[in-house]
Amino acid sequence: MVGLEHYLTVAAALFVIGIFGIFLNRKNIIIILMSIELMLLSVNINLVAFSSFLGDLVGQVFTLFVLTVAAAEAAIGLAILVCFFRTRGTIDVEDVNVMKG
Amino acid sequence: MIGADLYTALPEIVLALFAMAALIVGVYGGKDKLAEPILWATAALMVLLALYSGAQGLDVKTAFNGMYISDPFAQFSKMVVLLSAAVVLVMGQAYMLARGLLRFEYPILIALSVVGMMLMVSAGDLIALYMGLELQSLALYVVATMNRDSKRSTEAGLKYFILGSLASGLLLYGASLTYGYAGTTLFAGIISTISTDGMSVGLMMGMAFMLAGLAFKVSAVPFHMWTPDVYEGAPTPVTAFFATAPKVAAMALVARVVHEAFGVVPGDWSQIIAFLAVASMFVGSIAAIGQRDIKRLMAYSSITHMGFALVGLAAGTAQGVQGMLVYMAIYVTMNIGVFAFILTMSRDGRPVTDIDSLRQYSKSEPLRALALLVLMFSLAGVPPLVGFFGKFYVLWAAVQAGLTWLAVAGVVASVIGAFYYLRIVYFMYFGETTEPLDSVRAPVQATLLVVSAALMVLGVINLFGIEGMAALAAEALVK
Repeated sequence: MVGLEHYLTVAAALFVIGIFGIFLNRKNIIIILMSIELMLLSVNINLVAFSSFLGDLVGQVFTLFVLTVAAAEAAIGLAILVCFFRTRGTIDVEDVNVMKG
Repeated sequence: MIGADLYTALPEIVLALFAMAALIVGVYGGKDKLAEPILWATAALMVLLALYSGAQGLDVKTAFNGMYISDPFAQFSKMVVLLSAAVVLVMGQAYMLARGLLRFEYPILIALSVVGMMLMVSAGDLIALYMGLELQSLALYVVATMNRDSKRSTEAGLKYFILGSLASGLLLYGASLTYGYAGTTLFAGIISTISTDGMSVGLMMGMAFMLAGLAFKVSAVPFHMWTPDVYEGAPTPVTAFFATAPKVAAMALVARVVHEAFGVVPGDWSQIIAFLAVASMFVGSIAAIGQRDIKRLMAYSSITHMGFALVGLAAGTAQGVQGMLVYMAIYVTMNIGVFAFILTMSRDGRPVTDIDSLRQYSKSEPLRALALLVLMFSLAGVPPLVGFFGKFYVLWAAVQAGLTWLAVAGVVASVIGAFYYLRIVYFMYFGETTEPLDSVRAPVQATLLVVSAALMVLGVINLFGIEGMAALAAEALVK
């Protein structure tokens, strides 16, 4: 029997992979965008699991909002990345370093 | 029913419809030629909506089944947000125009982000909170990249986007846990679950994740890494906007969440907020000492100031919320003055931001130097200027709530922080001569600088009555 805790464990694992993908990745900014997407999707698993467990529809409504916002966020992220590539000619994480910090 | 709900949310609806109409007019009616009229119209509409919010009276109205709350706390925050956004639009207009950055999208994006901020301070539900926060953030990611041919601006936008999305992810994960363990997304429902069943571990985790996500948005240490880079890289009018309205909205949102959703267990969140406050005050003060760029310096300065505002929230009382609101209003006024000055800093027609260029500034522009001196003293919190009273209110609220150690830490941090503010004053009056700044005629910016400094002096009489308004707002939030 697959219970709520299994879904929560999967979601937590995906969320942590997403966070580590942002911080440990030294190669490519596209991978960071993918990691962000992974974090948001793990939250969706959480919300749908809770919604079904509680018998309450609000969680699934929340999921639809999150999906929409994630799409908008990905569009803006890629647009910023295109601008960045045009001024630098590279999208390596190591090259995001004109300003210290 | 739906009519009454829509009427309650009228300011947001009007501003959102205006932004969409302006976008259509801009796209079909001449593009960037229309940038200036759209900018002035946006600023005028924001001032009108601020007056409308101010005239709302003291009644608490909810709409859309409690998802949207219109109370004095929201009205106060909306007034500060709208007025500061309008002033920042007006004062940045000349700078953007001179550097070819005044595209018609700029005022529209600012208007949309302000809609997001207004939703944030009125949120009564986790979904409304998330949508407001994202509307604000997505618009701000784009304005940070406004100067798309500049390496710094695009890098600032990219860094802001990545760390901002990470923060949204943390907040959202916290929201999902809170929803799961409270069984509802309404703040009113969450607080009633907590008062009957107590804080479960899941709710505790949810709250901690949400506070971490919000701490990113107010740039509290240890979630402040993006602030200096974004402030330095973004065009100066955009930086001025980042330093004012979004900070007020995010701080109001933190207060809203901790009091409306978790108000019955102040002990659980006040230690998290106290930690954020102490870390922000000290890291902000100490890290600013080494900065040579005035925009980076203002970034660390705003981290320190957010620390002080969080001291008020850590107190967990109505007095603390009042102190936080007064502090934010004063902080925004001071920052508008300082950024009005930074906008005028240029040499040979190019903007400069290193603080060494301020040497001997008092010789060439005595009035502006004096106004900047007053603002720097006020930012440092030197009595009897208004900046001192802001600090006094939050620290006194902390003492009253039994957090004397926090107030002592605040005083120590403000003494450390005084060093870099006073260094700017030292450079202006006693620094060795270097190549002077251009003497630009910038009537709008100079007026704002002088008016902001004058407010810091004249405000000591009664703070223009904002303490009374903030007290009413705080009482509406903390029941």
